[in-house]
Amino acid sequence: MADTRTSIFSRPEALYDRVTHYCPGCTHGVAHRLVAEVLDELGVREKALGIAPVGCSVFMYNYINCDCLEAAHGRAPAFATGFKRLRPDMIVFTYQGDGDLASIGTNEIIHAANRGEKFTTIFINNAVYGMTGGQMAPTTLPGQVTTTSPMGRDVNDIGYPIRVAEMLASLKTPSYIERVSVHSPRHIIKAKQAIRKAFIYQKENRCFSLVEVLSTCPTNWGKTPSEAIQWLEAQMIPYYPLGCFKEPGKEEES
Amino acid sequence: MPGITIDKNHCKGCELCVCACPQQIISMSKDITVRGYFYAQVHDPSRCLGCRICAITCPDVAIEVHAHGTVFSLFDY
Amino acid sequence: MKGNEAIAEAALRAGAEGYFCYPITPQSEVAEYLSRRMPELGRVFLQAESEVAVSNMLFGAASTGKRVFTTSSSPGISLMQEAISYMAGALLPVVIVNIMRGGPGLGGILPAQSDYFQATKGGGHGDYRVLVLAPSSIQEAVDLMMLAFHLADKYRNPIMMIGDGMIGQMMEPVEFPDDYKEPPLPPKDWAATGARGREPVIIKSLFLDPLLLEKNALIMHQKYEQMKREEIRFELYKINPKNKILIVAYGTMARICQTAIDELESEGTSVGLFRPITLFPFPEKDINKEAKKKNIRAVLTIEMSLAQMMEDVEKAVLGAKPVKFFGRTGGIVPSPDEVKEEVLKLIKEKTRSTGKTKQN
Repeated sequence: MADTRTSIFSRPEALYDRVTHYCPGCTHGVAHRLVAEVLDELGVREKALGIAPVGCSVFMYNYINCDCLEAAHGRAPAFATGFKRLRPDMIVFTYQGDGDLASIGTNEIIHAANRGEKFTTIFINNAVYGMTGGQMAPTTLPGQVTTTSPMGRDVNDIGYPIRVAEMLASLKTPSYIERVSVHSPRHIIKAKQAIRKAFIYQKENRCFSLVEVLSTCPTNWGKTPSEAIQWLEAQMIPYYPLGCFKEPGKEEES
Repeated sequence: MPGITIDKNHCKGCELCVCACPQQIISMSKDITVRGYFYAQVHDPSRCLGCRICAITCPDVAIEVHAHGTVFSLFDY
Repeated sequence: MKGNEAIAEAALRAGAEGYFCYPITPQSEVAEYLSRRMPELGRVFLQAESEVAVSNMLFGAASTGKRVFTTSSSPGISLMQEAISYMAGALLPVVIVNIMRGGPGLGGILPAQSDYFQATKGGGHGDYRVLVLAPSSIQEAVDLMMLAFHLADKYRNPIMMIGDGMIGQMMEPVEFPDDYKEPPLPPKDWAATGARGREPVIIKSLFLDPLLLEKNALIMHQKYEQMKREEIRFELYKINPKNKILIVAYGTMARICQTAIDELESEGTSVGLFRPITLFPFPEKDINKEAKKKNIRAVLTIEMSLAQMMEDVEKAVLGAKPVKFFGRTGGIVPSPDEVKEEVLKLIKEKTRSTGKTKQN
């Protein structure tokens, strides 16, 4: 009998068939796949330019199958600005972690968003510096224990975590800013919709777009992948609420 | 009849698919892959719905989902 | 034309398509000029939020394969060192102009030549060099600016042109070539243009495997060796067997020395000038040749710094003759009279010490 199987889920073309270096349960894998799926579905892989950060995902270019640049720490939005201004026909995206974007790179992301540079940022927020072994990040939660906050983050000493999505949404220049999570299938599906929307805004040359993706770091949180997912849901989402914070054409007059 | 294939080579034993599967038909093996991970296996393939939730959850894109004949999608993806 | 504007126009004639900048004295006029001209020509002009951002935008822009550049001054160039290191390691072409001012720190806004170390020894980390051009007139600045873009593409390396505040601010007649033709360059198949019908291009500087990192460094090293063979440029002024002293100076300092030399000549003292135009690669062998001539009693390095180029001159002379230094720093520009005084002082000193009588 002929094999009449149809594939209803398989590896996207924009994702190389390679085993990644990411830890078991690390949601970078999910985020990479979502970006790859969207690049395929929108048919833009061949004119895409990805900009990898400094962090665990510095090797994004080994996994996502498009032209890529490897940026200096925090500078990906500047790389994207320079590239997109000279090649506005290409689809440019940066993929950055929280150490990269919310610490050393805050200046670059704020000004790129403020100028309304027409690229897309996928911002992976896992509340720690992953690659360097789990140090405190500007997104680390109050009381959260990390290798450089062994007594837990003391907000009286170094303040509260930064909510990047809300901060960027406060700029007047139109943009698309949404925060999503990838800790459960339902949320992953919504995350993909947000990422697709972000890339469509770029395709239409409308505005800057950023999708903040709440992610797990089981290894540095000292948890199993399943425990990490529960921690994200219980601890991160109350502080980092999900939702769309800004959309072009839907701003109220301030 | 929908079904899935799990690529042992990609599986890192994170067990997220085990929790995610609504039919609870995935469990971990007793032996390990060349990388030293326990890997996910389907222990009751007849009850697979083809919902794709396991594949959507897997961070390593280790799961492929397929079906014979007419396919009903439970949700857009 | 004003120096800053001439440099800007030269870049445009060389086909520069992107200019990213940040205001800083004494080069802000370049940005002001280009903010009008670039949009007129349908090219990219962007004032960024800092020199850190400017230099990183250059990386992104250079990755498209188009010609891009920036201008800044000493403190801004310090901020760009990270990105210069990254661009050198990623083999990207870019042109950076430093209109030097007094330093270190916030320093002053008057001309200086105190960024010699920063430019030639590489202010960023890692095994890389930057080809450095030093014009001494606005016409030369224009010619070297256009050459810089060609060299950047030829070598896939950052190229730096250093002038000082005077070059930026003074006005002189300039001629732009009507029919500018460059020697052919290889195709830019390394550029990120979209992975249609080919394997993706990855522009990066990270090589965790030490063998690969060394290989990348050796590729770069070959380029620098080629630069040393093919790109050394310098000018000799009034070199003849009657010279008693060899002056080594660059940029506008060299012009001041030329005035001093002319006056000394009319007063009966013969002095020659060696003016390096490329500071890296440094014309070591050529300086060595001039210094070794029997009539030269000493080599006098004159710079607007605290003896930075002097170290390279000493290295070039290799002990064949004494190497002395004269300079002012902090933004002070020595006058021809001061230069003459130093030269005469040195000749007298060398006459006494060698026991030879002063000969004309």
